Amino acid sequence: MIKPFVVPVNPDSACQPPSAKDFLVDRTFRALAKIGVVLILALVVALVFEVGRKALPGMEKHGFDVLLGSVWDVNQGKYGILPAIWGTLYSALIALLIAGAFGVSMAIFLTQDFLPAKLAAVFRTIVELLAAIPSVVYGLWGIYVVIPAIRPLTTWLNSELGWIPFFGTSLSGPGLLPAALVLAIMILPTIAAVSQDALTSVPMKTKQAAYGMGTTHWEAILKVMVPSAATGIFGSLVLGLGRALGETMALAMLVGNANNISLSLFAPANTLAALLALNFPEAGPNEIEVLMYAALVLMFITLLVNVIGSMIMLYAQRGTKQ
Amino acid sequence: MKSLMKSAALAVTVSLCASSMTFAAENVRLTGSGASFPAPIYLTWFKDFSKKTAGVTVDYQSKGSGAGVQDFLNKTVDFAASDSAMKDEDIAKVAEGVQLLPMTAGEIVLAYNLPGNPKGLKLPRDVYSNIFLGKITKWNDPQIVAANPDLKLTDTPITVVVRADSSGTTAVFTKHLATINPEFKQALGEGNTVNWPASDKFIKSPKNDGVTATVRQTPGAIGYIEYGFAKLAKVDFAQLQNKAGQYVVPNAESGAEALAAVKMPESLVAWLPDPDGAKSYPITSYTWMIFRKDNGNPAKAKAMREMVEYSLTEGQKIADSMGYIPLPQSVVDQVRKASANIQ
Repeated sequence: MIKPFVVPVNPDSACQPPSAKDFLVDRTFRALAKIGVVLILALVVALVFEVGRKALPGMEKHGFDVLLGSVWDVNQGKYGILPAIWGTLYSALIALLIAGAFGVSMAIFLTQDFLPAKLAAVFRTIVELLAAIPSVVYGLWGIYVVIPAIRPLTTWLNSELGWIPFFGTSLSGPGLLPAALVLAIMILPTIAAVSQDALTSVPMKTKQAAYGMGTTHWEAILKVMVPSAATGIFGSLVLGLGRALGETMALAMLVGNANNISLSLFAPANTLAALLALNFPEAGPNEIEVLMYAALVLMFITLLVNVIGSMIMLYAQRGTKQ
Repeated sequence: MKSLMKSAALAVTVSLCASSMTFAAENVRLTGSGASFPAPIYLTWFKDFSKKTAGVTVDYQSKGSGAGVQDFLNKTVDFAASDSAMKDEDIAKVAEGVQLLPMTAGEIVLAYNLPGNPKGLKLPRDVYSNIFLGKITKWNDPQIVAANPDLKLTDTPITVVVRADSSGTTAVFTKHLATINPEFKQALGEGNTVNWPASDKFIKSPKNDGVTATVRQTPGAIGYIEYGFAKLAKVDFAQLQNKAGQYVVPNAESGAEALAAVKMPESLVAWLPDPDGAKSYPITSYTWMIFRKDNGNPAKAKAMREMVEYSLTEGQKIADSMGYIPLPQSVVDQVRKASANIQ
């Protein structure tokens, strides 16, 4: 049993030793938090273990052929996920470039006194609302709005600048570019919201000091505020990239799901998450092994991205402190 | 106090037992899963049947033919539904015996999207099989122009839209293409998924809705979808040349002609990869429900037989309006007879 301290105190004093109830609340909270942490860790371990266990037969049977092959033919037992790995990274990277540029600019615009505070709050809410739209709706929106909207431009780019590999094919419909554009909109709220938090958490004094040194508004933003918030902004990009790598349904509808490896932005491609979602429901035992293998690869890629992100952040922090 | 609680608990237990016992006597709950292609009509049948039959509820989960058979083998469902019947090795795994019953049939159409929305595109056998092989790539290919002298065809590239998910529709469609085109059989084969040619003009979309949406949004696209779906979505679909060399519009009559061209064997599994007959639509297929012969539960078996009977009588009447083909009378009789095996 927990016993409160027995300290003689002046009963009139405002300072009282913690009561038995305080102790109880404190201990219970700590215990719950510890259990929570352990459970989360256990869940991750169980997940990796379970997927790994089911992927093991597939890894033994096919080895690196799965990672390097580009044919997915269930009837002949050929499984290659290289195009899906390529498509996952390519689409996520393009989405990150677009969403990063817009998201960070948006965060600067909404936090650095460009708008009256009330109006900024309205805009912030609207951007955050984007996160509440279901993935399928994004997919349909992509098919019915984005693709027809970008078609004229892509046709022109292909016919005029077709010698550039990025515009090498004509856009038929679903393809890498529409998928990446929709993906960018989907990860925009994450990047914008986290960057905003990072910018608002820079102490007021820092900004005042910058102005005190005689900087202009833009100098203060670009040379003081953004570098001070760099770690947080970078964190938002890593989070966004993580989400882009794992996004499934909208991509399955928009990416074209073709096993192509092409630099062209207009060619159909494939992603790991879409491959998993579309093939799992009817997969036989042999295919499931390989799909589990692919799931493991996706987990590994996401982990790698997060680790690299954290390392860059650590490095950047060290740089700013010196 | 303690004894009071005890007696209260006892009372609750007794009443729970009593209610669950009466439940078991009155209510039969059938669960099934499988093919998504006949799901719309099955769900309508089961809803109406459950409403009209006191004490019987039928639940059906549309998750794909393969998944349905898997559930059936794992005994998580009372019955399954499949577009590709059931493999012999899977049938052998079921100790209770398997009864396959064809319940309805459907057609697969080639939906297209051409600039100017020309109606009544005609596609010869060589042409549509070669389009899906990736060998004919332009809409003004001489073979297409020759078959459609009245249509204005431009050099728009053909974008082929196929199913991204594993599906019985793909199985039926590729079975047909493999039958009429030896090269298709050799290069792609047949199955729930096949390795479509790697080209930036081959696009895969999930489910019937995905293929339909992509075809509608892509000028120059062609894709295979189920007739019922095409009818609902109001897309243009092509007339296909059948074995007899005639161009046939997909509808209930041409489907019924195709079904009539094949004799239903004793096993009730008949394939129509390329039906005879001048008026037969070439891509037509039955779809099956799968039952255990020995269910070890007379009430359930009876409910299932009633469900089959309802589907064969009332159910067939709505088939046409929902985009399916009613079973020929001779097949209905055969299925009715075979349904007695569900015990």
